[in-house]
Amino acid sequence: MSQTLNASTLLAVPLAPLVGSALAGIFGTALGGNWIGRRLSHTLTILGVLVSFILSAMTLKDVIGGARFNATLYEWMVVGGLKMEIGFLVDGLTAMMMCVVTFVSLMVHIYTIGYMEEDEGYNRFFAYISLFTFSMLMLVMSNNLLQLFFGWEAVGLVSYLLIGFWFNKPTAIFANMKAFLVNRVGDFGFILGIGLIAAYAGSLNYTEVFGKAGELGKMAFPGTDWMLVTVICICLFIGAMGKSAQFPLHVWLPDSMEGPTPISALIHAATMVTAGIFMVARMSPLYELSDAALNFVLVIGAITALFMGFLGIIQNDIKRVVAYSTLSQLGYMTVALGASAYSVAVFHLMTHAFFKALLFLAAGSVIMGMHHNQDIRWMGGVRKYMPITWITSLLGSLALIGTPLFAGFYSKDAIIEAAHFSRLPAAGFAHFAVLAGVFVTAFYSFRMYFLVFHGKERFDQNPDTHHDDHGHHDDHHGDHQPHESPWVVTAPLLLLAVPSVVIGFMTVMPMLFGDFLKDAIVVDAARHPAMAELAKIIHGPLEMAAHAFSTPALWLAVAGVALAYYMYMVNPALPAAIQKRVQPLHTLLENKYYMDWINENILARGARALGVGLWKGGDQAVIDGTLVNGSWRVIGWVSAIVRRAQSGFLYHYALVMIVGVFALMTYFVWLNK
Amino acid sequence: MTLTLGHYLSVGAILFALSVIGIFLNRRNLIVLLMAIELMLLAVNMNFVAFSHFLGDMHGQVFVFFILTVAAAESAIGLAILVLLFRNKSSINVQELNELKG
Amino acid sequence: MDVKTGFFYFFAAVLLFAAFRVITARNPVHAALYLVLAFFQAAAIWLLLKAEFLAISLVLVYVGAVMVLFLFVVMMLDINMDTLRQGFWKHFPLAGSVGALIALEMAAVLMGGFRTTEDTRPAGAAAQAVVQGAGQAAAQASNTKDLGILLYTQYLYPVQIAAVLLLVAMVAAIALTLRERKDSKHMDPGDQVRVKARDRVSVVKLAPTRAAAPATPAADAAPENKA
Repeated sequence: MSQTLNASTLLAVPLAPLVGSALAGIFGTALGGNWIGRRLSHTLTILGVLVSFILSAMTLKDVIGGARFNATLYEWMVVGGLKMEIGFLVDGLTAMMMCVVTFVSLMVHIYTIGYMEEDEGYNRFFAYISLFTFSMLMLVMSNNLLQLFFGWEAVGLVSYLLIGFWFNKPTAIFANMKAFLVNRVGDFGFILGIGLIAAYAGSLNYTEVFGKAGELGKMAFPGTDWMLVTVICICLFIGAMGKSAQFPLHVWLPDSMEGPTPISALIHAATMVTAGIFMVARMSPLYELSDAALNFVLVIGAITALFMGFLGIIQNDIKRVVAYSTLSQLGYMTVALGASAYSVAVFHLMTHAFFKALLFLAAGSVIMGMHHNQDIRWMGGVRKYMPITWITSLLGSLALIGTPLFAGFYSKDAIIEAAHFSRLPAAGFAHFAVLAGVFVTAFYSFRMYFLVFHGKERFDQNPDTHHDDHGHHDDHHGDHQPHESPWVVTAPLLLLAVPSVVIGFMTVMPMLFGDFLKDAIVVDAARHPAMAELAKIIHGPLEMAAHAFSTPALWLAVAGVALAYYMYMVNPALPAAIQKRVQPLHTLLENKYYMDWINENILARGARALGVGLWKGGDQAVIDGTLVNGSWRVIGWVSAIVRRAQSGFLYHYALVMIVGVFALMTYFVWLNK
Repeated sequence: MTLTLGHYLSVGAILFALSVIGIFLNRRNLIVLLMAIELMLLAVNMNFVAFSHFLGDMHGQVFVFFILTVAAAESAIGLAILVLLFRNKSSINVQELNELKG
Repeated sequence: MDVKTGFFYFFAAVLLFAAFRVITARNPVHAALYLVLAFFQAAAIWLLLKAEFLAISLVLVYVGAVMVLFLFVVMMLDINMDTLRQGFWKHFPLAGSVGALIALEMAAVLMGGFRTTEDTRPAGAAAQAVVQGAGQAAAQASNTKDLGILLYTQYLYPVQIAAVLLLVAMVAAIALTLRERKDSKHMDPGDQVRVKARDRVSVVKLAPTRAAAPATPAADAAPENKA
């Protein structure tokens, strides 16, 4: 630690968006009397995020120069021996996350000016996305698990608010509840993990916990012969599964597309869903101690990477294609975590943030241009009308499929190689999954690309042309022809396209093998040799790109693109024919492997049935009926019997008294000698 | 023969038994009921005095003193209640006094 | 059999007979009088037991006050004698059995262990002998004096309580049977509060008893004003 960073600067990074959010959210809405209008709202919030971004960039520069920060800013309370505090830990990992979050957030803020122009809840939206930026920054900058959890829950809350932004739409409300509840399931595991750490390490602060990692690694979970760290890491990962939408807690992410596109870009592609990945990377000292946990992570990631990709193939909603793509890529990041290649996972997180946000915002631009039609079957040939959107989409898609020299190539290739070198039992399956996933990714990405931007124009074939969900006024489009979006929408696309192309090339070596992440991430090189092996074969970005031509991954990607080109450009009737042949498979994919059906009918209905059963059987019958009502009824019954002794006849009472005297006398004379 | 403690105690016992019989017999006459109670108290007093004499202990007689006091108080109030009862019901029939039932 | 024993048997017999007649007398006045007789016999027996103060107080207090009270009440109440005796002997079996049982139990107690002879007052006898030896002045350890000494030293507090008890009984007896004086003018504040206006006040319309005043004074006043 050569120098420390300035605490006030760091504090300003999350607080600036918070102030912007508060001002827009309170004074820009009915809550505060609608004082400030739209221009002032968006200006304040963008200013907040801009300040945050500039300070984050400055911090990144300092961190690259070797500065670090790890201190508690405010001690909230001390319970027993456990300290609950607010503090920041800023190292390479944090600084990188801060920059990604603030940059993407800034792009989304600018984009929203154009996208939500005609929406009534304009100010509310800006307040929410700034609030989200604050929450995510608190999450990544925290130096203890409690603040991480605060940020975790806060981003979950804002995600809920944003998915249900159009709260009059029943599907949106269903989706936001689903997101929140599925996240809750994950959070249950997360809290258990945090609790175990608090109980056995006696602290929630990262530095203190990691200091005790050695001792923790030797303890067994009481009552079983499992290692304590295995249980802790799996519990923490369950939280990551919820937040980062890993199988089987992935069901909320496709539904979250009910929210406006800017938030799909910000939250469900670039930042919130990566919180889980970030957390596991942060906890690397603990994960390195448990092979079982890493194996678990690897398996879940591999399943997600491959099977979510399959689902992306048959989607017709442009946003859902990108959503499943996000799920699949999150699976890739998880595979990297499982292979102990934490820096690779985080690297992919960064590159993915840029090109996925780009793809989402481009999809939003297309949706705007197509007058809120989201179905790719009724698009086609859009490149003529929306050139900027077209070119940025192409760049994003190329980055996604792993075209050499683009950002995505470096991260994905590193993941594939890391999975190959891992010695864990599930590594073989994981390697197969990520490799097969390359083909699938290429196929669905370019399917979407060709169907939207190339081919014949199919706008007039849309049966729903005259329906408009969002009350969009068609006052300036008489002929339903798409047109390019305003500069507030295309400028972020261009700005995001730049890092999607170059960031991989520029940062792969320092990030993976340099000192940037060295003190943030711990790898046990003896047991988990993936990073070491990677270091042997990767010597530089150009060399890696050249090397790609000898790996199967590149050729699988090319095959995927070629197949997509064939099926959707050359022979458009083929997809329908194939679908008829493999109808059961198609049905399975359409129903998302029946996961939603299981959740709704078995889990949700079962939980409700249990509740009703306990209510009727437990509360009404047992507690109310037997215990409460029963007790007074028994008392009444007994009283009715005893009451008959109160006959009112004096001589009955006298008789009783005398008989009593007699009994007492008998007792004392005969029995109590 | 000499008088033993037993003689006096048996007088007391028979007196007590008589008064118990009196309580049971007098279903119709509340006054005689109260008189039977006085008889009971007399029987008890007899016992106390006999014991006090034969054990040479004066405390027995002190107790009789107090029993006398209480009996006087109790009969006064009992008769007052009887008078009120008669005012309200014009009868001293014990069997008609059954309104305190549960 | 000496005189004392004879007297005892005589008094005991009369006592028991009187008690029996108390409970079986048809006329309540007779019953009260028999009770008086019973008390007298009991007093006599106590004299035999050398408890003269208690005997006299039995006569004075019990017979003189309580039994007189009983007689007052019996004679004051207008009791219907005919209905009194109905069903009298119906209850005798139960009564008899209970009474007999109690008597037997007491006999069993007696048989158990009170075979003391007369005058086993060791302390008293010794004291008496000493006193008699000393002189004639304090020959009879006066029962009254002994009782008095105990009452006013050891039992002072119970005596005070007994006094309060009697006071309370007196107040209770009076309060129970007190009837209001018919010429008493006192008011119950509760009744005053519960009064309702519509019970006390009613508005009526009455025809006027005088003709209305003529209108001329007003007409005269008007020209004066104009002027």
